[in-house]
Amino acid sequence: MIEFKLPSLGADMDQGTLVEWKVKPGDSVTKGNVVAVVDTSKSAIDVESWHEGKVYELITQPGETVPVGAVMALLLEAGDTPETAEAWKRARAAPAFAPTISAPVPLLPPAAPDTRERVPTAAPDARARVSPAARKRANELNVNLAAVNGSGPDGAITLEDIERVATTTMTAPVSRMSEMRKTIGAAMARSKREIPHYYLATDIPLARATEWLAARNTQHSVTERILMAALLLKAVALALKRHPGLNGFYREGRFEPISAVHIGVAISLRQGGLIAPALHDCGGKNLDELMRDLADLVRRARAFTLRSSELSDPTITVTNLGDNGTDLVHGVIYPPQVAIIGFGGVRERPWIIDGAVRAAPVVTATLAADHRVSDGHLGALFLADLSRSLQAPDKL
Amino acid sequence: MSHKTTYREALREAHRDALRADPRVFLMGEDVGKYGGSYAVSKGLLDEFGAQRIRDTPLSELAFVGAGIGAALGGLRPIVEVMTVNFSLLALDQIVNTAATLRHMSGGQFSIPLVIRMTTGAGRQLAAQHSHSFEGWYAHVPGLKVLAPATIGDARGMLAPALADPDPVVLFEHALLYNMEGELEGDWANTDIRSARVRRAGTQVSLITYGGSLWKTLDAASELAAHGVDAEVIDLRVLRPLDTETILESVRKTHRAVVIDEGWKTGSLAAEICARLAEDAFYDLDAPLARVCSEEVPIPYPKHLEDAALPQTAKIVAAARSATGK
Repeated sequence: MIEFKLPSLGADMDQGTLVEWKVKPGDSVTKGNVVAVVDTSKSAIDVESWHEGKVYELITQPGETVPVGAVMALLLEAGDTPETAEAWKRARAAPAFAPTISAPVPLLPPAAPDTRERVPTAAPDARARVSPAARKRANELNVNLAAVNGSGPDGAITLEDIERVATTTMTAPVSRMSEMRKTIGAAMARSKREIPHYYLATDIPLARATEWLAARNTQHSVTERILMAALLLKAVALALKRHPGLNGFYREGRFEPISAVHIGVAISLRQGGLIAPALHDCGGKNLDELMRDLADLVRRARAFTLRSSELSDPTITVTNLGDNGTDLVHGVIYPPQVAIIGFGGVRERPWIIDGAVRAAPVVTATLAADHRVSDGHLGALFLADLSRSLQAPDKL
Repeated sequence: MSHKTTYREALREAHRDALRADPRVFLMGEDVGKYGGSYAVSKGLLDEFGAQRIRDTPLSELAFVGAGIGAALGGLRPIVEVMTVNFSLLALDQIVNTAATLRHMSGGQFSIPLVIRMTTGAGRQLAAQHSHSFEGWYAHVPGLKVLAPATIGDARGMLAPALADPDPVVLFEHALLYNMEGELEGDWANTDIRSARVRRAGTQVSLITYGGSLWKTLDAASELAAHGVDAEVIDLRVLRPLDTETILESVRKTHRAVVIDEGWKTGSLAAEICARLAEDAFYDLDAPLARVCSEEVPIPYPKHLEDAALPQTAKIVAAARSATGK
């Protein structure tokens, strides 16, 4: 028996609202399949399965808000039968079974259906349950139904739900914004409260990298061109491979290094707010792959179609604020990560080359790291390594 | 002015009034005379009004309903009692093919001012041939008016306007109501046979019913109040033509409806009401429409099975709570 639970998709996520199921009972699911779309305060996320099995029952209804860890669906493993699933359900006390924040939904239908007649079973439909009166009222009041939690039968959105949402006067995008601001605030407050940051900075000349990139891009079509951001990410990944003390999680009083480098790329959203989903395995990808995946990640982050693993996996964060003319970033670590690397803008600055002052492209790289895990010495070695890597762009 | 009486006595008094008021009125049916009626509605009327006006008939529903139609055509105002709705099926041809159609077939030259009374419903362990509810079938037929008095006031007041109506009226008396005691109150002398009545006002769910189920529904509404559900109860009273306006007005207020009907669910009057709500109140509905009807079996004889087959208070409460999510 596999319990499909609402995963934590970030340090400060404690609940999520099911937007829709991407599977129905009877469907086979393999690891990595998108099972559900869940709305968090940041974004609607495609939640993947970590297991292989067959969907037996969908417990959470679209529109329902449930806490992290709530059992949202039951999947049958090899060897399970519907009987074992039913036995499992009986063994679990109903209240603990699917704790619901928005509306209690009975585990079983209240009355046995008439077995003498074929009654259409309620198929889990993609269309949200909204009463006709609620739908009409939502139209009149311009309420976004996706942002409403249903309190009616089977989690349906009722007239009362619409009125309640409408009287809070916030329309959905505004409400998501304020929610996201709260979430970011909570995570950053926790970071500043708990993590003893230390900060380092270094200027990295990028003359070679810029020239190499320009030469490489002239030989490729526009769509195949690579941006400096991809080089920076790759260089960070390679340096982290050599300095693993900055890559991983600090949990329950100890550091867990992670061998793969999943860089959380800070992406500002057009309507405001920020999200830093993982660019998976940056060390193992060549520059072409990295560029393609980066573009895809940014596009999907802005379209709110990220996958759950992208939110839960980042092992370190890279933030790049150079586009706005900023030179220096003092990053705040996103817990439970232990470091954040910042890049300012790549600018022509006076730089001494071969004893003469020359104009050269330079970027200021910063590191904020967790003193519980590492010291400035390690951080300095890392930044020096990063700088060296970027002097040999053809090796990236 | 009110006094304590029973549903049965109220019906008998209505007959007495009608027989006194109009010499064209007479009652006929099986055992209505010497025996006083199978449900004792006409007890004592033979002595008071004589064998010409209180007439025992042979056991042939087809014949005596047909005779009633003939008498109505001939200028009299007959009341025909059929022992139960199950037996009325023997007279369906007379009721549906003749009484309901003659005005139409004669281009308006003839009308049939006939009142047919019959007992309906289950709950007395009379088994599958004496317990059914076919009100919905009769309500299907244009040309008939179909009444379901559920209160002492309607038992007392509906007969006079039914007799005054120029067309055939079928009046259903639920078997469980005859012994019901209560006060005869209100303006029963001006009873109408056009409208439904709100028997209990409420705001959160409309419980729509008629006949014997009214009292189970009112009990359910009281129980629902304890669960925080404010239910409105509508007594249809007139099953044809349906007072759709009153139903719609209620559901537009409560946004939820449960229809309670002792008929079988399939093709029932409850189905008709739900269809009208879906047609005319769709955008006012805040929950799926629900029905509490009889189970789709011939009504069983054993008490526990009969109880299980019928709409009961607990089922009504469950349906209303499901509709309101409380």
